[in-house]
Amino acid sequence: MPSIDLESEQGREEALRRMLTIRKFDTKVGEHFADGEIPGFVHLYVGEEAVGVGACAALEEDDYITSTHRGHGHCIAKGLDPNLMMAEVFGKREGYCNGKGGSMHIADMDANMLGANGIVGAGPPLGAGAALTINQKGEDRVALSFLGDGAVAQGQVHEAVNLASAWDLPLILLVENNQYGEGTPVSDQHNLEKLSDTAGAYDIPGIHVDGMDITAVNEAVAEAREHARNGKGPTFIEADTYRFHGHFEGDEELYRDEDEVEEWRKRDPITDFSERLIDRDELTEEKFEEMQAEIESEIEDAIAYAKDADEPVPEEAYDDMFSANVPDIERFVQQANARTDGGTHGGEF
Amino acid sequence: MASAELEGQETQTMTVREAIRETLREEMRRDEDVILLGEDIGVMQGVLDVTGDLYNEFGPDRVRDTPISEAGYMGAATGAAATGLRPVPELMFSDFIGVSMEQIMNQMAKMRYMFGGKIEMPVTVRATEGGGMGAASQHSGTVHTWIAHFPGLMAVTPGTPEAAKGLLRSAIRSDDPVFFFENKMIYEQSGEVPTDEDFTIPLGEASVEREGEDVTVVATQRLVGESLSVADELEGDTDVEVIDLRSLYPLDTDTIAESLDKTGRLVVADESPLSYGTQAEVVSRAVEDAFYSLDAPIQRVGVPDTHIPFSPSLEGEVLPDGDDVRNAIERIA
Ligand SMILES: Cc1ncc(C[n+]2csc(CCOP(=O)(O)OP(=O)(O)O)c2C)c(N)n1
Repeated sequence: MPSIDLESEQGREEALRRMLTIRKFDTKVGEHFADGEIPGFVHLYVGEEAVGVGACAALEEDDYITSTHRGHGHCIAKGLDPNLMMAEVFGKREGYCNGKGGSMHIADMDANMLGANGIVGAGPPLGAGAALTINQKGEDRVALSFLGDGAVAQGQVHEAVNLASAWDLPLILLVENNQYGEGTPVSDQHNLEKLSDTAGAYDIPGIHVDGMDITAVNEAVAEAREHARNGKGPTFIEADTYRFHGHFEGDEELYRDEDEVEEWRKRDPITDFSERLIDRDELTEEKFEEMQAEIESEIEDAIAYAKDADEPVPEEAYDDMFSANVPDIERFVQQANARTDGGTHGGEF
Repeated sequence: MASAELEGQETQTMTVREAIRETLREEMRRDEDVILLGEDIGVMQGVLDVTGDLYNEFGPDRVRDTPISEAGYMGAATGAAATGLRPVPELMFSDFIGVSMEQIMNQMAKMRYMFGGKIEMPVTVRATEGGGMGAASQHSGTVHTWIAHFPGLMAVTPGTPEAAKGLLRSAIRSDDPVFFFENKMIYEQSGEVPTDEDFTIPLGEASVEREGEDVTVVATQRLVGESLSVADELEGDTDVEVIDLRSLYPLDTDTIAESLDKTGRLVVADESPLSYGTQAEVVSRAVEDAFYSLDAPIQRVGVPDTHIPFSPSLEGEVLPDGDDVRNAIERIA
């Protein structure tokens, strides 16, 4: 059973709902980032929703995923809670990583989500590792690694594909080709017209799909999943898509022009999918608007939740380094505390 | 505060970022073998805007946008340096050094030695370091200790615009691999920089940025400025001497020992993790060369062996700052 069955009307509604949730979540994150309320950098997934949702819908809940620095969409597609995600993005202790990770590192082992990742190309080896566990333990599940077109240039990605191919690991590589690696066009980073041709070098299936079409992505991943479950090893999928925002919020976008962005915006994956549902009489304009309003208010709630949540207290910075306390860290903190005036390291150790 | 290098020189005010960009420009004009390579340093002008307009002046062959392939282009820089170019690769964030470490450790650092000294390795790696932006663990690290620790590599850590300019030029003109570590929180810091296009600071010379009699603070990068402010605040109570270490390897033990002769007290402040760190090396050198000058336990300031967390309240806790330097001074003054 896929986690969301796109063959059923209910499943299609849920898929649309998740795409809209991603859209609203990231749009709001962009606004609050611009207001200076969110630290660090944020990379939004707006425009790419069909890839994340189409792919995760084809997975079962206990399948693993690894994500990228652009991970909010993958998290929502995999079913993570927007409240806890937002709290993490705001750096609060209620967040998925207790405020230690932030936007680029949201992870949830309960949802089999092995983390967004600040290192481009680091996900596929981890995905291969999850797939190794699956094989070793004789489990019936798969791992899927999302990666960007830019990440395909990373050596560790190729090592992971080769390993998965040599060992027939149940791994799916899903390249989100949004046409740019940061500010450099995909054509300047690769000499391959189709990144999915990479598959040929490893003698595994390569599939190229329209990443603005949720059904196309869903079918490709479903097929790859079957292939993996049958012990036939990895599949390399490339989905063509586009990010409607800059690489990160605040990006001046010196590298692309408005016309190009407008052209792609016309192919909005959410509009495309909702129109198809309306054509099939599964959705009405009013219902669609109602849904948008509902999700808008869910995301407003998530923002309120995040803002109300507690700041981590400074001493928590020393938690989570090891499974048990080690004296070394304590020692340095104590030394820093051995002073007359209290000061910044105020904790009890 | 004018350091010795500035005396009698014509100067101009600029930021650390400008000092780096202008040095790259001058060296690229002077020597066509100097090329830049890195991710988004060209059309996008660098994510932290360091390379800026250099792409417009020198074009895509000399300011090369690379694929996201740190092992590949760091290795290519190594091979190119061995065969006649003077490449200046950039690591957008020093944490990404992890991806390229093989080419650095086993090739760049070892080739000259293993080839019996028959090649030169004129490569300058620029890397941004440090926390303070809420960028979380994978974009906030300080890795200069790894490089300084590794035989065959040089490492410099400017704390002022002047040091940035003088050290970067020396690095580019050097026939050895030099890592030039830019703390991203000081790009906007401005100061006087000599305009002379041959102005260099030798690799391996620390600078006494402020003279004092009571305590010596040896600092790097952002902590140089913070230590100078603390020294000003303590004026009247404690007379603090502040040294910008500038060069981690080679390391200027003489300047530190001389200072300890006078003050007898040492604080070492650097943003890397404390265990087995840069601080430890400075302390060892001080103990070796100035043991009998020491009047109090040496104090180390750094990150208490954690990664840099995302949330500002946590990040502020682990990152060393002026308060930590002041407290260290007060513990021994
Ligand atoms: C190893 C590494 N190198 C460089 C970066 C900086 N960086 C972050 S995202 C990015 C572009 C990634 O492009 P792509 O893989 O196509 O993903 P997209 O941003 O397009 O989703 C770069 C260069 C990084 N985070 N990690």
